[in-house]
Amino acid sequence: MIVAEPKPIKEILEMIEGVHKILVVGCKGCVTVCNVGGSKEVGILASTLRIAGKRDGKELEVGEYTLERQCDPEYVAELEDVVAPYDAVISIACGVGPQFLSERYSSKKIFPGVNTKFMGGAVEHGIWAERCAGCGTCVVHYFGGLCPIARCSKSLLNGPCGGSSKGKCEIAPDVDCIWDMIVTKLMQEDRLDDLLQFRPAKNWTTARDGGPRRMIREELVK
Amino acid sequence: MSAYKSESNLEKVLKAGHFAFTGECGPPQGANIDVLREKAQHLKGCVDAVNVTDNQTAVVRMSSWAASLVLLQEGLEPNFQMVCRDRNRLAMQSDILGIYVHGVRNMLCLSGDHQKFGNHPESKNVFDIDSMQLINMVKTMRDEGKFLNGQDIDVPPRLFIGAASNPFADPSEFRAYRLAKKIAAGADFVQTQCIYNMKRFRDFMKQVVDMGLHEKCAILAGVTPMKSVGMARYMAKQVPGMDVPEELIKRLQGAGKGKVAEEGIRFAVEQIEEFKEMEGIAGVHLMAIEWEHRVPEIAERARVLPRPQV
Repeated sequence: MIVAEPKPIKEILEMIEGVHKILVVGCKGCVTVCNVGGSKEVGILASTLRIAGKRDGKELEVGEYTLERQCDPEYVAELEDVVAPYDAVISIACGVGPQFLSERYSSKKIFPGVNTKFMGGAVEHGIWAERCAGCGTCVVHYFGGLCPIARCSKSLLNGPCGGSSKGKCEIAPDVDCIWDMIVTKLMQEDRLDDLLQFRPAKNWTTARDGGPRRMIREELVK
Repeated sequence: MSAYKSESNLEKVLKAGHFAFTGECGPPQGANIDVLREKAQHLKGCVDAVNVTDNQTAVVRMSSWAASLVLLQEGLEPNFQMVCRDRNRLAMQSDILGIYVHGVRNMLCLSGDHQKFGNHPESKNVFDIDSMQLINMVKTMRDEGKFLNGQDIDVPPRLFIGAASNPFADPSEFRAYRLAKKIAAGADFVQTQCIYNMKRFRDFMKQVVDMGLHEKCAILAGVTPMKSVGMARYMAKQVPGMDVPEELIKRLQGAGKGKVAEEGIRFAVEQIEEFKEMEGIAGVHLMAIEWEHRVPEIAERARVLPRPQV
């Protein structure tokens, strides 16, 4: 899933300074699963804004709505009547959400209510970690099913570097060295030859380096 | 065609079977060329080549290629360092061509410390290619006369290719294999991380020799003299992949006030003497960090002077 975190309320209040009618829009996709942008969080953020408005003596009307997904035009279209009375929208979906809303409702001011972090998953209750860098050409099978592009601080394809220490990365003691895991796993599987294989320079054109990406599935295009 | 790959002094010294002795010089954090020239003068005549660090520990300094050219002007042979953190494959290849035409003949290929450690931790990193791929790229440029994209190079750069090896990093069982991988990728010589735990290094070298790696590549043992107990403690605790045994720290403490630096040098000299006899070791790389002026004394006491003329 795409993992996000809430923006500090202070930052949100500064962003919406001067706005009087605002709609908080959640998303039932990834951000609901990582407890940051679902209907529950829409309610919490809306109440917080109302309380802050009252505290500051500001006239602030806050609406609430949660879409099935903000990354799909047919769901975004649902907002047509809901959004009409408002001047602005705070999207608490990932970074895709505010853009789809902005494209569809160009007369409204759109504000992001969360910071989008990464593609990953929950490793423990309340803890999420990055797993995929979206490079566009998956090669995890070379590395025992683990991705050094997303999980090595230097994205080494021929690691580990000299900073690997006791299973941890040099950048911080709470960051696992993915290369330690790759080496340990492949050695256990008796796959030293795979580790000794030279992995050539990667073609990054399928990653963000190749420019903004699009995917066309001819069979689905009407 | 010459029998040498690069005709660098370091290559010739090693090929002639001499025990090599290389030094290191960190470029200034500014445009102070006088400081650089002064550092160079301390090293002159004491070493076969001088590593010129590339924004070491991710701190901005004068570029390693520019400082390498200054060393050339001073009559020293640079070992130009390049890290993968700050340049993509285009910048790397163009800098390689540039330093070659100006007379640089050795190059050390490194991943580079993460920018988190440096003075611009907010920066974006590159890591377009890794150190293994860099080694192989320089070899392909030299031996096949081709850029990384396969296109022909009009006059290929002929460099003596260096790599680093840290015998003390984890996972330890893979370290000799990773060295083997670097040699297969194209490393002509290897300079190791600073060695303090001699027992662990002897074990590592035994594995290296058993694998026959020393016959394919010149291995230079890394030595950094300890200047103080504080430095030893810092290296032991704060520098990832560094193994400083407690007994060495105790030995430095035992030296008494004002005599720690001397004890640090004494240990370094003992190490160099042992490396001269150690199977598989072709030389020493002395990283006297901000202590270039002590290099002549260390070289003298380690009996590596005069340096061979080849």
